[in-house]
Amino acid sequence: MNESLSVIESAARESYAQLLSFVAARAGDDVAGAEDALGEAFLAALRQWPGNGVPAQPEAWLLATARRRLVDAQRRGQVRHAAVNDLTHAFAAAQAVVDAGQDFPDERLGLLFVCAHPAIDPAARTPLMLQTVLGVEAARIASAFLTSPASMSQRLVRAKAKIRAAGIPFAVPPREDWPERVAFVLDAIYAAYTTGWDEALADAPGAGGLATEALWLAQVLVHLLPDEPEALGLLALLLHCQARRPARIDAARRYVPLTEQDTALWDRALVTQAEAALGQAARHGVPGRFQLEAAIQSVHAQRAHTGETNWEAIALLYEALVRHTPALGAQIGRTVALARARGADVGLAALDALPAAALQNHQPYWAARAALLAELHRTNEARTAYTLALGLSEDRAQREFLNQRMVELKE
Amino acid sequence: MQYTLLFVESAADFAQRENPEQAPAYWGAWSAYVDAVAKSGIVVAGAGLQPPSTATTVRVRDGQRQVHDGPYAESKEMLSGFFVIEVANLDVALEWAARAPSASYASVEVRPVLPPMAA
Repeated sequence: MNESLSVIESAARESYAQLLSFVAARAGDDVAGAEDALGEAFLAALRQWPGNGVPAQPEAWLLATARRRLVDAQRRGQVRHAAVNDLTHAFAAAQAVVDAGQDFPDERLGLLFVCAHPAIDPAARTPLMLQTVLGVEAARIASAFLTSPASMSQRLVRAKAKIRAAGIPFAVPPREDWPERVAFVLDAIYAAYTTGWDEALADAPGAGGLATEALWLAQVLVHLLPDEPEALGLLALLLHCQARRPARIDAARRYVPLTEQDTALWDRALVTQAEAALGQAARHGVPGRFQLEAAIQSVHAQRAHTGETNWEAIALLYEALVRHTPALGAQIGRTVALARARGADVGLAALDALPAAALQNHQPYWAARAALLAELHRTNEARTAYTLALGLSEDRAQREFLNQRMVELKE
Repeated sequence: MQYTLLFVESAADFAQRENPEQAPAYWGAWSAYVDAVAKSGIVVAGAGLQPPSTATTVRVRDGQRQVHDGPYAESKEMLSGFFVIEVANLDVALEWAARAPSASYASVEVRPVLPPMAA
């Protein structure tokens, strides 16, 4: 996609999401009804704006198109009676904003909080966000989440029915509830990014990846919640990951681990943006999970300048991260950093101290363990661990990488 | 919107009602909660229920009435009372649910009430 096309598409998505948030909140929490009423106008914008240019008032354009289409649909009896009343009322409120010559209010944050409300099925939160806030088609979301389009649309329909029936408010929760509620929004955006991320290694390059969309969501969130350091932390983390995409797969489409990546391939502009976001977050003096993860990536990024990695610093940051979130991934990251900083035997001892039961089916644990055992020349144990890591891997390029390491084991 | 708060408790929780050592704290907590809900002016209806051992269940099959002693299904937690409340949205209903004593030792289910049937 060329630059101007993507700018136009962003403008269409942004206006669509703003109008959708405004209308759904005023049409009895009816997200599905608002989508039906605005969907065609959005598609018309995607078709017409590249040729005619983005209108001076994009929301007014979408609104006028949607109102015409609602009148048509009503005439043909295609809309539920109750929905027409609610939507007509909400459209009139939107028109009043346009007629008064005011800027259209950005209520997307309310919609984000609805999508990531704890009363919504966790498996539906990220897809719901992608569909409503970014206008991503259900079929594409389904392919990124490796489910059938039918079951994905069912999940989305159920979630929207619940929003309406249960009366989930389109509102930004009070500040004291932010630590809990913002975390759900951040988690959903992060899930969107990692889902798109794995697609980068899929057999069809670029097919259905959602990483760009997730990055954009993180940018929208920072724009809407400029005072939330964790939102900035998430943005910094995603920008660092995004910067490394070109280095993550080599010419033969093999997986390249972070420590072996050619730093010349990292996107410098993205790294600079990441550092700026993290610096802005740090000024609040309230560390959190995403800021710590971004800080770890920031230390890795230093290798582009210094040629080496400060593993002691990374181990310290992981130490803090584990205190924030005892997630297994963080625990394993910590042991790997310890091994690099103080030796494979120290790392292995730290791995041994983790609760074995939870780790039995945890792929990163076995991959980390195998690498440390190989380094300590405990070849047989390393082979067993590599076999488990291979068996638990979900990713083609990663499997090839592990298999290669296993073959290279010295007898 | 109207929501029903369904309070459920385990057999051990119900037993506190009859236990001389535990009953004062049990009833004290519930009566304070019921007072607070009533004073807020959101109550549409509500009642506390006698324990499940007092329940009688009725089914009509093939025109035959089947009555049996006990609740409709055996489960770990049983209905112990309910409120129907009128509040702005789910978040407010969840706030009231979280204040119920049983939210801390059992659970509270929050369900939107059906709109009135069309005549």
